[in-house]
Amino acid sequence: MLNFAIRRFGLALLILFVAVTVMFLMIRAVPGDPVQIMLGPRATPELQARLTAELALDQPIWRQLVIFYTNLVQGDLGIDVFSGRSVTEIVFQQLPHTLWLILAAITWSAALGIGIGAYAAAHPNTLIDRITAAISVSFVAAPAFVVALLSLLIFAVHLQWFPAIGAGEGFWGRLNHLVLPAFAIGLSWVGYIARLVRASMLEVMGENHVRTARAFGINERRVVLVYALRIAILPVVTVIGVGMGFLLSSAVFAEIVFARPGLGKLVIDSITTRNYPIVMGSVLISTALFVISTALADLINAWLDPRARAAK
Amino acid sequence: MTDTLLEIDHLSVDYETARGDLKALRDITFDIRKGEIVGIVGESGCGKSTLISSILRLTAPNTRFREGEVRFKGQDLLKASERQMRDLRGADISIVFQDPMQTHNPVLSIGQQMVDIQHRSKASKAEKLDRAAKMLGAVGIPDAQARLKQFPHEFSGGMRQRIAIAMALMSEPDLLIADEPTTALDATLEVQIIERLQELQSELHCAILFISHHLGVIAELCDRVVVMYAGAVVESGDVREIFHDPKHPYTRRLIDCDPGHIKERARVLPTIPGEVPDLANLPGGCIFRDRCDQAMPRCANEVPPLEQLREGHHAACWLNHEEVAS
Repeated sequence: MLNFAIRRFGLALLILFVAVTVMFLMIRAVPGDPVQIMLGPRATPELQARLTAELALDQPIWRQLVIFYTNLVQGDLGIDVFSGRSVTEIVFQQLPHTLWLILAAITWSAALGIGIGAYAAAHPNTLIDRITAAISVSFVAAPAFVVALLSLLIFAVHLQWFPAIGAGEGFWGRLNHLVLPAFAIGLSWVGYIARLVRASMLEVMGENHVRTARAFGINERRVVLVYALRIAILPVVTVIGVGMGFLLSSAVFAEIVFARPGLGKLVIDSITTRNYPIVMGSVLISTALFVISTALADLINAWLDPRARAAK
Repeated sequence: MTDTLLEIDHLSVDYETARGDLKALRDITFDIRKGEIVGIVGESGCGKSTLISSILRLTAPNTRFREGEVRFKGQDLLKASERQMRDLRGADISIVFQDPMQTHNPVLSIGQQMVDIQHRSKASKAEKLDRAAKMLGAVGIPDAQARLKQFPHEFSGGMRQRIAIAMALMSEPDLLIADEPTTALDATLEVQIIERLQELQSELHCAILFISHHLGVIAELCDRVVVMYAGAVVESGDVREIFHDPKHPYTRRLIDCDPGHIKERARVLPTIPGEVPDLANLPGGCIFRDRCDQAMPRCANEVPPLEQLREGHHAACWLNHEEVAS
């Protein structure tokens, strides 16, 4: 298991290196002088030359890449052009807000989705199965930004159950502020996970080993929850791992609609002000998050499934 | 008879399908006495699997029990509650399934699964693990205590089938159903497993319902044999009597086709020409008529009843009537 974990994280590092290098080169390939765009048309040539040297843009591309990676391994993502603060500091200040939002969203949607899916699979083609199917599909079809706006309108403005904007203070304050945005970006995942678990469960329930468990008189609850669900959950874990990437992008909507601090809001703000170091830094962290979450999903799978441990 | 364990009494089972009712079993009657080994032979699709899932009531949702009874120690299992059935499964009646590669849960260790099936016992987990290791040792798995921690994919097919047998015998059942337990295995493994099964049977004195299409194994292992064709019993009786003096043309052809029975080097292996009739649309008269080389006009019109020819020997063929008549 430890061996598997080391190899899997080695692979994650490699993927991260390739992704970040490609991203670095793509940003450099964008036409237009970033210095001119950042400083505006009225900047003096001296100022432009200073910033060019500061960003190492006068160096050949391979040297820029080496400088970038040298700084990166020291935890240095560059300096914010406007405030002069370290990009690392700015990004890591915003990161926890986004992380909590994504974690809250995936936790509630996975718990509910797996429950609904497993129940529907245990009672296939009953009325409840059909009702949950209809609800699941409508959840999947609801875009996160529409749900965000509607829930803001209903639960924050009219009913005033939850706060409308900001991230809140203290544990309960933060939790209270998390409810609506997490609800908004998690809702479609409830439906998606429920459908996935149902299909996966029905397949596993038809397998011979489930018949064996029943033939030994093991009670149906244990057959469903341990013998079948533990296998049916495997593809769901993978999907959730990859889904973290999608949640990152829907978190952008939620952070804007609910005026929450976070990575998404940071990226949007820095793009409008062409603050390249911050854009680069946030995208890099998001990429790292995505790579780490898929690696974690594989690890959880290996922990749940001895066959996966042996295969690699 | 007081020592009768299982009685299948005029059992008829259908599958409801889009094509209409599939008559999977028709009027099946036979019994198993305590400690007896009864074999069931027949081609694929003759209803063997439906029969055993009916005994355990682990049938597909579209199954309909039309008629008849399955009595175990006098209790009709088809009328038993789900709760009563669950108490029987894996306790009084155990089963070894056909495909050893698919029969165990892939994500739970063998030890965990063997502890789980002892759910009726009040023993501690350590005691249950000990018992599991003893059982594995009894079916010939070396170093059993250590192997309990392993998962199914770490065992070979033959090992997995031994484990399945160990699990089935753990509760010391009165009836063990073995559904083609050796079909998926090599011939050499087959012999080993059959011998092990024989040893364990003589120790535990359980009755065995042994399903196979390997006549050699049936002849070796069983006391009595039931020959099934297209969802019906065509012949049943003492194993020696059936093999030496079959009273149904289908049984005769099956014996002729068994590779172990072919003495000379054959240019073409013998087969029974034709196909099993469509169970959704059964022809009138004898079901074997189309493939029978001794069919008579009478066979097209009247269904031959399963009749007792000698003590304990039943067959369903008009030929036997001609003999009696002439």
